[in-house]
Amino acid sequence: MTAFFSPVYEGEDADRTMRGSVSSPISALPIIRPFGPPSPRRRGEGTSSCRRRFMTNEPSIVLRLSGITKRFGPLTANDAISFELKRSEVIALLGENGAGKTTLMNILFGHYVADEGTVEAFGKLLPPGDPRAALDAGIGMVHQHFTLADNMTVLENIALGTQGLWRARLDRAAARRRIEQLSADFGLTVDPAATVATLSVGERQRVEILKALYRDAHVLILDEPTAVLTPAETDALFRTLKLLVAKGLSIIFISHKLHEVMAVSDRVLVLRAGRLAGERETKSTDRKELAALMVGQEVKPAEVSPVHAGAALLALDRISTARHNGAGLDEVSLTLNAGEITGLAGVSGNGQAALAALMSGTQRPTGGAISIAGHAVGDWSPRAALGHGIARIPEDRHAVGTIGDMSVTENVIAERYGSSRFSRMGFLDWTAARRFAEEIIADYDVKCPSPEARIRLLSGGNMQKLILGRALDPEPAVILASQPTRGLDVGAVAYVHRMLLAARERGAAVLLISEDLEEILALSDRIVVMSKGRLSAPSARGERTIRELGELMAGHGGEQPA
Amino acid sequence: MRLEPKPAPSLAVTLLFPLAAIAATLLITSLLVLVAGASPLSVFYLVAKGAAGSQFALLETLTRATPLIFTGLAVAVAFRAKLWNIGAEAQLYVGGIVTVVLGTGALPLPAPILIPIIMVAVMAAGALLLLGPAVLKTRFGVDEVVTTLLLNFIVLLFVSMLLEGVLKDPMGLGWPQSQKVIAEAQLPRIIQGKRLHYGFVIAIVSAIVVWVIMKKTVLGYEMRAVGHNPEGARFVGIPVNLVLMKTALLSGGLAALAGFSEVSGLKGNLTLDLSPGYGYSGIVVAMLAMLNPLGVIASAIFVAGIFVGADAMSRVAKVPSYIADVMVATSLLTMVVAILLTRFRVRWR
Repeated sequence: MTAFFSPVYEGEDADRTMRGSVSSPISALPIIRPFGPPSPRRRGEGTSSCRRRFMTNEPSIVLRLSGITKRFGPLTANDAISFELKRSEVIALLGENGAGKTTLMNILFGHYVADEGTVEAFGKLLPPGDPRAALDAGIGMVHQHFTLADNMTVLENIALGTQGLWRARLDRAAARRRIEQLSADFGLTVDPAATVATLSVGERQRVEILKALYRDAHVLILDEPTAVLTPAETDALFRTLKLLVAKGLSIIFISHKLHEVMAVSDRVLVLRAGRLAGERETKSTDRKELAALMVGQEVKPAEVSPVHAGAALLALDRISTARHNGAGLDEVSLTLNAGEITGLAGVSGNGQAALAALMSGTQRPTGGAISIAGHAVGDWSPRAALGHGIARIPEDRHAVGTIGDMSVTENVIAERYGSSRFSRMGFLDWTAARRFAEEIIADYDVKCPSPEARIRLLSGGNMQKLILGRALDPEPAVILASQPTRGLDVGAVAYVHRMLLAARERGAAVLLISEDLEEILALSDRIVVMSKGRLSAPSARGERTIRELGELMAGHGGEQPA
Repeated sequence: MRLEPKPAPSLAVTLLFPLAAIAATLLITSLLVLVAGASPLSVFYLVAKGAAGSQFALLETLTRATPLIFTGLAVAVAFRAKLWNIGAEAQLYVGGIVTVVLGTGALPLPAPILIPIIMVAVMAAGALLLLGPAVLKTRFGVDEVVTTLLLNFIVLLFVSMLLEGVLKDPMGLGWPQSQKVIAEAQLPRIIQGKRLHYGFVIAIVSAIVVWVIMKKTVLGYEMRAVGHNPEGARFVGIPVNLVLMKTALLSGGLAALAGFSEVSGLKGNLTLDLSPGYGYSGIVVAMLAMLNPLGVIASAIFVAGIFVGADAMSRVAKVPSYIADVMVATSLLTMVVAILLTRFRVRWR
């Protein structure tokens, strides 16, 4: 009973597995059994028993989506999408943001109900709109934004919800044994007793995967799993995926990063504007073709002209701060020069958030000095930062960058509503504000119904364009761009890059914080690496290799974080 | 069952759903009326007649609506900035205290000077009362729901102490009540011989002023931003704590005006039953109005009408006037459902 993923030939379990299908051709095959002791959630003789899934007439098809259509008002998010997932196969679902990937997966997982079409798992129709049924059918999902309780241990997070409602106590010993076994089998090292709050992003993701495996997932859906990982962690994840596939799991890998899709998948489905734009065997396609399918046209990478670095516009001198979404800053010194993009690479949680908060003005330094254009600054606040000409593009557009329930107009004036341009004697000039909003909408190519529309209704890319417009319109001297392209589609990414490069041309000093090393390498004139709240010495473009940068990200010694 | 967001609703839908909510309210309360052994149709007719069927009824409804407009505005302002002021009742009583302290002869001034002075002092007192919880919230993270709610009881006991002590009317035959305010401190009646007083006009003007503040001014913009997303507001440079303080001052001041208007316009003196829960009803009024200051006028009149109408009805139909509480509470619930349905589509599977 403790063997994981071992072939089952005999014993009680085998009997149950084979019940009623002794003559089936697959009875002669080893049955993949990716679970140990029955999960506490499984209800006795319940028909959801995973073991029966392989008794279908088409054992190789684990999942079949037929003609899935989903409309939100006038928008068709999914338009008659059909595909099949085979056993031990990795499908990549590729598409820009807003192409309908997430909607499709939400339908598959029962969060949404499709207007038309059906989902079949292991030969059985899944009742629409029932996540429980999807779970019971062995579909596990690892969301882009993790769904873990920070204040609980890894073990508790994984076992949460698998226990019967009226069971007073969690059988920790059994749960721990199972988790450790799963960890060992798939290289998902994580301490079951650790509190989630203390884990790195990579570890949290491993917990999410373990959570799905613990629930006997046969199909694993990974939504943008690499967005938060270092190159090394990404490699480790890919190795884990290979192991999972080798043991008979099937994987749907959602991404918009072409090189990852090429590296990890067997088959690529490209979604564009809600339709299946193409389906390719990974072996017989290339990045260029996929990119073209994805956006419907060829995308040119941003061109970078030679650097003309000017005066130091912002200097941090041995700045320390409190912790903020990860490590705080530890005597960080950094100079941003006019006409230069400084790229800051690092594994998430190593102090980038603290640096961004410091430059945004939302966090005060506990030590050290900030000077702007040669002058030391006194009081530090978001208003002070804005007043000193620092433009801020925050990491989280939804929670920080915008006020979702307010209109586009109200959002674009948010950083300057007190200026004489928009207010007089305590009254706001809505005409001027609206005119400004219309200007930004036109200049930054924002697609929105009207300046009165609530900004929540806009897509991520358009929201980011509005934030760019708001930040860059006053021609700021210093620009803080924190993860400016996270979650954006190829077209919007290129747009953001062009805007940042244009600001650099005009002589602005740009700090680009990103976890996407390719982005850093493509745009930065200088690269610094942050690890455990400290900064490396800067290196010029092309001076360090990706491997060297990776070692710095892991903390100088070249070891990978656990 | 699940909810899916809907695109912006059309005007027709926006108007239709509240009407449907009222219809649903009547339907639900019909059941209780039937239990009480009366005919729902005649009971509703009597309520409507009692609320607006005559000049007397209508004026009585508007009189009752006056304090509800003030407390409704106080709650609407505070809730807009997500400052959960549950203490309008306490602020109302503080307004009453200040009115009798200054209005019973301490300041021998003519009415056009005395009344504005009292109003300013009343607003200041109410504002300061809410400032305490606001400071505790912004400084120490103390939940203002708890502090403002508990202040209601503290202030009521304080009023009781005053009425048994320093403010006790020596000519009051031992009743716990204050002296009457002097003629110069009284708000005149709008129509001679009727109870409706100029407090109602002040309430309407206040609603318009609050509407202008919310829609047109920097402060209103800041309050809305803080209410919708405090973290985002802080990021763009809005001084969140300062805005919450200003909100508290405005909200407390408005609620205190309800106490002033009741003492100075209607009752004449301070008693322990100055307010039959106007501070709490203000929450219902504000929610029914969806926190819109002008909507507060309508919803205050609606709620007041039900109470006044139900009183009249109970005298005739022998159905307890508690049905008014049920109607108001039910209409709040159906309204919330109606608002939900205008924004979301319900999928049953």
